[in-house]
Amino acid sequence: MVLKINQSEFEIDRDKEKCISCQVCVRQCSNDVHEYDESEGTVLSENSRCVGCHRCETLCPTGSIKIKQRVSEFKGNANWSAENMKNIYKQAETGGVILTGMGCDKPYPIYWDHILFNASQVTNPSIDPLREPMEIKTFIGRKPDKLEIKAVRESDGRILKFENNLEPQLELNIPVLFSAMSYGSISLNAVKSVAKAASEFGTFYNTGEGGLHKDLKCYKKNTIVQVASGRFGVDKDYLNSGAAVEIKIGQGAKPGIGGHLPGEKVNYDVSTTRMIPEGSDAISPAPHHDIYSIEDLAQLIYALKEATEYKKPVGVKVSAVHNVAPIASGIVRAGADFISIDGFRGGTGAAPQVIRDNVGIPIELALASVDIRLREEGIRHKVSLIVGGSIRSSADVIKAIALGADAVYIGTAALIALGCHLCQKCYTSKCNWGIATQDPYLTKRLNPEIGTRRLLNLLNAWSHEIKEMLGGAGINAIESLRGNREHLRGVGLNEKELSILGIKHAGEAW
Amino acid sequence: MGISQDKNLIESSDKSSVPVNIGKINFIKKKCIIDAEDIDYKTLNSSIRIVISKKNNPDDFDILSKINTIELNNVLGQRYIGDGLQGKMRILINGIPGNDLAAFMDGPEIEVFGNVQDGVGNTMNSGRIIVHGSAGDILGYSMRGGEIYVKNNTGYRGGIHMKSYLEKFPVIVIWGKAGHFLGEYMAGGIIIVLGLNCSDGPVKSFYLFDDDEIVGNYIGTGMHGGKIFVRGEVADYKLGKEIIKSEIEKDDEKVIQKYLNNYFKFFGNNNKDNINFKDFIKLSPFSRRPYGKLYAY
Repeated sequence: MVLKINQSEFEIDRDKEKCISCQVCVRQCSNDVHEYDESEGTVLSENSRCVGCHRCETLCPTGSIKIKQRVSEFKGNANWSAENMKNIYKQAETGGVILTGMGCDKPYPIYWDHILFNASQVTNPSIDPLREPMEIKTFIGRKPDKLEIKAVRESDGRILKFENNLEPQLELNIPVLFSAMSYGSISLNAVKSVAKAASEFGTFYNTGEGGLHKDLKCYKKNTIVQVASGRFGVDKDYLNSGAAVEIKIGQGAKPGIGGHLPGEKVNYDVSTTRMIPEGSDAISPAPHHDIYSIEDLAQLIYALKEATEYKKPVGVKVSAVHNVAPIASGIVRAGADFISIDGFRGGTGAAPQVIRDNVGIPIELALASVDIRLREEGIRHKVSLIVGGSIRSSADVIKAIALGADAVYIGTAALIALGCHLCQKCYTSKCNWGIATQDPYLTKRLNPEIGTRRLLNLLNAWSHEIKEMLGGAGINAIESLRGNREHLRGVGLNEKELSILGIKHAGEAW
Repeated sequence: MGISQDKNLIESSDKSSVPVNIGKINFIKKKCIIDAEDIDYKTLNSSIRIVISKKNNPDDFDILSKINTIELNNVLGQRYIGDGLQGKMRILINGIPGNDLAAFMDGPEIEVFGNVQDGVGNTMNSGRIIVHGSAGDILGYSMRGGEIYVKNNTGYRGGIHMKSYLEKFPVIVIWGKAGHFLGEYMAGGIIIVLGLNCSDGPVKSFYLFDDDEIVGNYIGTGMHGGKIFVRGEVADYKLGKEIIKSEIEKDDEKVIQKYLNNYFKFFGNNNKDNINFKDFIKLSPFSRRPYGKLYAY
């Protein structure tokens, strides 16, 4: 049947006047879009292979390349989008599940953009963070019902030290952590950048379900190790190599489903960290088959606490789904020290598109309902909430904290800082930016030293912005903002949305 | 009872470093005996950890570092025994340990004189578990290495996602029968199920009935590595769609024999004559990539 499915999504506009046929674009593109024609001495481009990653455009020394979205390839139709049609053509040809990468890109409401933050005027003076101390240090972990401090005395009555009943806590210099991205889904240089930035700034990164590469063990004080259903790379040493352990139940981009890392991506290095033979599929079952209930979850939490001798916080990561509030309540009661909630816009290295774009709920609503539920039940202090699933700026961080989060996870934002252009082709392992690939020719494009510096710059910039916003609202410690919804107002939201978010509409005073 | 001459020495110094009540702990030669009655799992397990950590970091003046066997008496449902333990140690358990026995364990040998419950050997890395009784659900979930021998039956979801890596090779030998979902997502190692009558065992099987078949339904669904050997017929409808059934080969016989010899060593060889290799079938995956064609690129 004559039906080409590879109609191009992008158009490469090459300015023949400016192009000097230097072939940088030819060498930079792993998708073989550009080709040098020796007889003519010119560079030609094949539009259909372009994924829109903008690597060639960025590196073209004369600025002769422009990647454009190709429009009106089908007859206009408000109901049948070009994407729907192309997917059907592709599936009719292959019979396969459509894969995609990164987070949901569909136009669902983004509640962050309908929430505004407060500032002081006259009655409560604002604070200038450049001249006054501003505290954004955050502690992640279970807090006691009542703090008890006991003096341990020498036999002569002298006080030797004080002991308290605090359980293990993670100390963060900014309420932002790098979310779980496994070595395998992203390159070692990308993981190194993230790990080193976390360690230098004083926050944490998360191994994802990829095990821990030996080059990353030096960052153990800033590592959260993840235990997922495949238990890849999980052994006693791995658990001891982290500052905290996170049980991964779900991921925002693909709630309820497992993962299949195809065998061709399991090279020697990846095989050593996942502890599986080279070239074999790494299949993570959809559920943990030892967890079918909250009681089973409690069992794994305590098995991990026993194995790490109660020295590390143990958390649980779930995707934001319809029942997330009661599920979170169960997780607190199961003994978790922190809960990570991943909204439906959270990124992924590979997920079926139908799941990514249609399953889960926005993190803003999930967070608000979880925080309110845990407060109503009087157990909010027993757990820290870390939320992710598209935190795009320091404004999102501030709003998340005012809605009740203790800290946020950033994944996509960190990758963008490393050069990601959101082409959503992570699953092909051909990332031209050296991030979502294991091809040595591509991974060397990402220098971990430069990557670290860029991430540190981002965290520095965000912490300044967070302090400015706090100061503007007359608050000098992030603790005072947590769950303080009076500092938020909604715009363009209906009654139901406002009531779930627990905020007033803009224009309503205290 | 040959109580060591060092007893007084131990009582004066070392006992106090172990959290269980001093009256509950005794040392006989190189054995440490703990009476687990009325002791919560946290205290019990931290006591075991202290003994094993002394053994791993020996100190000539410390009697505890000479201990090579820990015997737990009157165990009644204490969870997480042997959890995350590393190094060499024999742990004998008299009674019924609770869930997640030997989870994340890496090295020790645990012998249980009684039944065990759910989650035994969860994500175990190396070591050995010998069960003189039946095992509950989720036996050896995701284990990467080590051996588990069960004298009677096992419950549901045994050996799910077992995997092997380099010298690590997990093995489960079940003398009796196994429940549904055995060896799902299995990626490496072997499971041997004999389906033999075990009513002479010390504890009657509590999960399966006499008229249950040797293995349950959905055996090996999603399997992409390793082998399951079953002594008896398995109806096709019970098989996961990713596996093929075949006769065993000479190499397989050697492997089975090796682990059966171990079994006879631990449990005695009363039933040795019942084993005929012709009765075995082998279940193995079609492909190491069962989901390779699932996606459109």
